[in-house]
Order: sequence, then structure tokens, then C-alpha cells
Amino acid sequence: MSAPETVKSLAAKLAAGEASAVELAQDYLAKIRAANPAINAYVETSEDTTLAEARAADALRAEGRAGPLTGVPLAHKDIFCQTGWHARCGSKMLESFAAPYDASLIERSRAAGLVTLGRTNMDEFAMGSTNESSYYGAVRNPWNTGHVPGGSSGGSAAAIAAGLAPAASGTDTGGSIRQPAAFCGISGIKPTYGVVSRWGMIAYASSLDQGGPMARTAEDCALLLNTFAGFDERDSTSLQRPAEDYTRALAQPLAGLRIGLPKEFFGDGMADDVRAAVEAALATFRSLGAVTVDVSLPRAGYAVPAYYVIAPAEASSNLSRYDGVRYGYRAPEYGNLDDMYAKTRAQGFGAEVKRRILIGAYVLSHGYYDAYYLQAQKVRRLIAQDYEAAFTQCDLIMGPTTPNTAYRIGQNDEDPMAMYLGDIYTTSVNLAGLPGMSIPAGFGAGGLPVGLQIVGRWFDEARMLGAAHQFQQATDWHLRTPPAA
Amino acid sequence: MSLTDQEVRHVAKLARIELPDAEIERTRSHLNAMLGLIEQLQAIDTTGVEPMAHATELVLRLREDRVTEPDRRDACQAVAPAVENGLYLVPKVIE
Repeated sequence: MSAPETVKSLAAKLAAGEASAVELAQDYLAKIRAANPAINAYVETSEDTTLAEARAADALRAEGRAGPLTGVPLAHKDIFCQTGWHARCGSKMLESFAAPYDASLIERSRAAGLVTLGRTNMDEFAMGSTNESSYYGAVRNPWNTGHVPGGSSGGSAAAIAAGLAPAASGTDTGGSIRQPAAFCGISGIKPTYGVVSRWGMIAYASSLDQGGPMARTAEDCALLLNTFAGFDERDSTSLQRPAEDYTRALAQPLAGLRIGLPKEFFGDGMADDVRAAVEAALATFRSLGAVTVDVSLPRAGYAVPAYYVIAPAEASSNLSRYDGVRYGYRAPEYGNLDDMYAKTRAQGFGAEVKRRILIGAYVLSHGYYDAYYLQAQKVRRLIAQDYEAAFTQCDLIMGPTTPNTAYRIGQNDEDPMAMYLGDIYTTSVNLAGLPGMSIPAGFGAGGLPVGLQIVGRWFDEARMLGAAHQFQQATDWHLRTPPAA
Repeated sequence: MSLTDQEVRHVAKLARIELPDAEIERTRSHLNAMLGLIEQLQAIDTTGVEPMAHATELVLRLREDRVTEPDRRDACQAVAPAVENGLYLVPKVIE
């Protein structure tokens, strides 16, 4: 079987004139028509829109104005506002919403000539780790359709794994790029907070949300991060830094690279099959010249509790905008204004979103603010300081992305806490604002993928992508495709 | 620490989410499970630790005080549930 297409291989075909953007788009649209009903990765496709974008890309190439990625197709998570498409964010609340403007990431994607294949499914308002909270139905894991793809960017991850897109955008608030990447056997990077503009990205928890690329390979992630990253004055948290080339360290040998292994990431909570795959991946890194050193993140175990104060608090504030007045759903029957708000929000939000809004409202409410919210923010600083201390002894930190492989569909229905605790290795990275990525590290029981998490210092994406690329030159986990794809 | 039915109703009111009586018990049980999780934070000594409100130490940028956005009222109101003559319609607030 031939290797699956990547952003890089498709860009090369386009540059060599071996394929047109229209042909590539048609090829993917045909695959989506055939395979999407079984996995529900896309919530919206519009073949006319896609082909119009592809024709425009081909016209640019004919005029000699093509960039390195012009004509390459990709999918966008349904959280990014994009003219010509709905932005439903997995919610009934936004079923009728079509944004009148483009998100910054979309503008950049368009400017690079990337062609939109469609919009990918996600947990409602990015709140979830299984994609089961989507109002538009659960996404199925292409490796085993009885399992979840992870979340919240589960549609993006499943689309790539199933060969229905070579790459996609995602967002990551507590692990929503890395965890589905791990569950679906693909690569994904959450950049340092502030590197990718949040403008036009529907907000969940603003101090944690960060967009980034998902693809088969680390090299593709680097190419796409070059497109997505950059200062944007419309996002007050966008960082004003010189542009960098995220592909610059791809060829860097690993000799002497110090990989920190936090003992807290290798404790009892990890499943045996995940441990075996991660240990084997680390052995590969050592065989490539890297050295592993033991480090400690003493407060890592408090990341999930701190996250479940801070993220819901910010969500309760951000999601107050859904009031049935300016956009989105409004309850059909109501009495006064307050009743309209309460009924609109009761009917428009799903159970998981309501839970997080309610707990957020509680921790911010009078009498509890100091005990919960301020305490969580203090713990957040301690967690960030732990990482800073660990990075004095190593260049990168590695460990499992998740303690288990993909959950069965419905496994966490009655116990959301079990799902929350599955984010034990990813949430601390968002709290500290650090860059984190997940790459395929092999397979566990039942042939389900295992992800290796790589965490870098602030703004050290190029080194992370380089190390991941070197690993992918020595392994082929990232090129494996599920039987049906 | 665990929430009573009355506290659940109060929080739902703060959040402007209608919560029928039939959903109180289940909601209370889920919220109490979340509280149990976040209670763990009380175990950490944070004396003298400065709260970290954001992922990066941000300095808010200032900009010139001039109009930079075009008037896109019609496009923005096209996605609203109810508008009339450029105004958003809501139930009567003042009698």
C-alpha cells in the first residue's frame, strides 16, 4: 500500500503540475461522500464552495503567484468563523449561525491558498474529550468505530485518520488538539499561548484557548504553523514577535537533546499498553542520540482540578453572550426578558456545557471566589513554575498524551469525572501556556493508537517539531492508516 | 462542601439557565462531583503566591482612538433572531 498523502506530498504534486487543486479537491470530496456518513467527522461540506476555492488556487498558480501551499486542501474545525460556511461550534445554540467575517486563522489559511474541504465536528463549544457532546452527533474513531475519536477536535482528527483530509485546524484548551491526535494516531501541535490569534475563534476559556494544526506528520504541522501563526492586533493576547520559520529545525539531529521524563507522568494511572508504546518511543529517541533525564512536576496532579475551576469560570463569562438576542437560537415561547434568556439557554445548550457554566458561575459567585477561583490561579502559577524548574534540566519534556487509548462510545456517560481525569497529562500545559504536541507512538490493545506528548519551553515549537520529525524519520506509526481508510 | 437543591437553583438563576425541578437532582449530583474534584486544590499551600490570571505576562496594547471598523450593521444583524429597523427586538422591559 502506498503511503498516505501529506500536505507536503500534495504541495509537491501541485508544484510539479501532476495534479490541480480542483482534482485534489474532487478526490477528497468523493472520499468524504463515501466515508463520512460512517464516522461523522464533517458537519458541513459545500462542494461548490470548495471547488470555487480550488479553481481560484489553480488560477493563482497559472499566473505564477502560487505560494508553497496554494491548492492544498484542508478541513477547518467548526469553531472558526468563516464566511460562506456555518460556524455551529457543535451546538444547537449556533445551528443557524453563519459568521459575517473570517477568523484570523481562516484569513491566513485563505491567503496561503489552502482550499477548505469542509467543517469538522467537535464537542459542543469545545467542552469535552470524546466528541459525544456535539449536538450534531458523536464522531466515530476510524480505527474502531465503537470508540470515540477524542475531543474536542475529534472531527478534525478523525477526518485525517480516515484519509478524508490531509490536515485540519484544531483548538486546544485542555488537550483538545493533542488528545484526539493521540486517539486517532495523527500529529497535532498546540502552540505557545498567543502565537496563533484567537480572533474569530469561538471562545471557551480565553486564557487557555489556542488554535493550531493537526496533520499526519510533524513536518506538515510545521508547514501549517508557518501559515497559522503571527501577530494580530485584533486579539489583545496575540504576541508581537518576529515571524519565525517552524520548519527550521526539522533536519536537526537529536544527538545531545535532553528529554525530561516527569515521574508524575509515568505513575500508576497509565494503562500498560500506553506505557509499553511510550517506553518504546523513548527508546527510539535514545537510539537517535537523545538522552533522557528524570524530572519532577510536583503539582502536576493538581492541573485537572485547577483547570476545572479556571476553564468553567471563563466559560461562564464567555458564554453569557448566548442570550437569544444578537445571534443564534432563541426559544420559541417565553414571557419576559429574563424568561427568554433562561429558556433560550436551557434549550440551546447541551448537558456538558450547562454543567460547566453552572460550576463556573458558582466558583465566581460571592463567598467562593477566593476559595476556588483565586486559589486555582495561584496553583496555576505553581504548575507553571514547576515546568520552569524542570526545563532547567532538559530541552523537551515527554510522556504519554493520555493515560488510556480511546474510550468506547458511551463509556463516560454516567461519569463525566472519569473523562475529566483522562486529561491529566494535557491540562497543565495549557495552564502554563506552553507549547505541546502529540505524535503517534504505536498501538495499544485492540489496535487503538497511542500518542506521545512532547512539551517545550515557551516558543520552542521549532525544536519540538524537529524532534518529532526526526522520530518520524525513524518510525512509520504516523503513516499507518485504519483498515477502512 | 456540597451543594443543596436551593444552591443549585440559585446558581442556575445566576447563569440564566432554566432548570426544571426534574433536573435538579441529577444536576446537583454532577456539580457536587465536580466540587469534589476541585476541593483537592485546598490541600496546596499557596501562601504568598501571586495568582496567575493569564498564560503570559501581558501588557495591554494601546491604540489610537479612531474608528477602525467599517459599519457592518446589516451583515451582523442578519444572523439575529429578531430585528426591526436596525434594532434588536426583545420582550418589553419597561412598562
